[in-house]
Amino acid sequence: MDLINLALKAIFVENIALAFFLGMCSFLAVSKKVDTAMGLGLAVVFVLTVVTPLNALINNYILKDGALAWALGEEKAAGYDLSFLAFITFIATIAAAVQIVEMSIDKFAPALYSALGVFLPLIAVNCAILGSSLFMVEREYTVMQSTVFGFGSGVGFWLAIVALAAIRERLKYSNVPPGLRGLGITFMITGLMAMGFMIFGGIQL
Amino acid sequence: MDKATRGILLDPLHEKNPITLQVLGICSALAVTTKLETAFVMSAALTFVLVCSNTTISLLRNKIPGSIRIITQLAIIASLVIVADQVLKAFLFDTSKALSVFVGLIITNCIVMGRAEAFAMANPPMASALDGFANSMGYSVVLIYVALFRELLGSGKVLGSPVFASVSDGGWYVPNGLMVLSPGAFFLIGILIWIQRSMTPTLQEAD
Repeated sequence: MDLINLALKAIFVENIALAFFLGMCSFLAVSKKVDTAMGLGLAVVFVLTVVTPLNALINNYILKDGALAWALGEEKAAGYDLSFLAFITFIATIAAAVQIVEMSIDKFAPALYSALGVFLPLIAVNCAILGSSLFMVEREYTVMQSTVFGFGSGVGFWLAIVALAAIRERLKYSNVPPGLRGLGITFMITGLMAMGFMIFGGIQL
Repeated sequence: MDKATRGILLDPLHEKNPITLQVLGICSALAVTTKLETAFVMSAALTFVLVCSNTTISLLRNKIPGSIRIITQLAIIASLVIVADQVLKAFLFDTSKALSVFVGLIITNCIVMGRAEAFAMANPPMASALDGFANSMGYSVVLIYVALFRELLGSGKVLGSPVFASVSDGGWYVPNGLMVLSPGAFFLIGILIWIQRSMTPTLQEAD
């Protein structure tokens, strides 16, 4: 039950794009059409679900203070705190995982691969991915919890970017003041969407 | 100062502002701006990382093979961010707690990668350092504008000291809670873009 609660919280209440502003660059840049937004969103869900538990494993068994107990024994491991290496390890894991995911999708699901196209490699530098790994460390999730959290954050991002793309497609038919056209009005809409998502705030299941 | 240098220094402040025109580094610009103090610290951290990474990458630009340049740049940037993060933790622990994961996210801040790709890979170290500095300033200006209004309207304070006496302290100002939450940041940047593009019509988008 806790896990479902965690997933719903990550999708709606603490939406990674609208409440924490993560992945904003691609969120604004790739939301012109629903098709491409859908592709990017699915790729993000996929990568987040793979990478967040992977980083949780690395963090819990290698980097955390005293985490090396399984290899060195309790006493020796107590002196090792490698958590300052978290950033560089996580970004390396993410880059490597994205590469592997890319190759395996290419091998086993060529149709999906061509649909995702250029977005897959670009995900390595999407802050939503690194961000959820860092949140996972800060909130001390277990491996199971971080799988659910990663999946939930991904779905939240997918939901937000597809909704924004749909609104922007309709926007073509409206008369926006010249100074607001393009980026400006997109910010305003995202703000309104963030307000919409705020109604989920405080929901406990 | 010759024309090229002046362009490098001044363009990012207005006509090529990293946030409002290049659409880079938006995540942190929105997230750390609930208070002016965190915005200052974040700007300083980004300036350090961007100037150092641009210089380092520019020095190594002829040695980095094209096929692995992204991961090389990421390694350089991540090391610099670790330095910045450790320094913040050592000397400004409270602010570093308030910034939470966002110092770490400088690694994936598109400004750093974007400037490395677009400028440092093709220009000598001195010019790259200047470009890094100028872009950080363009970023800082927007950050400080957003943070100033969010703190002022959201809690009636500037840098923690009250300017509008709030109702809870017996004053007249009812703090606008929306400004502290995420929509406030989106609206403020939207308004900034609106003002900037109305003043300089050449920047307006066609569609």
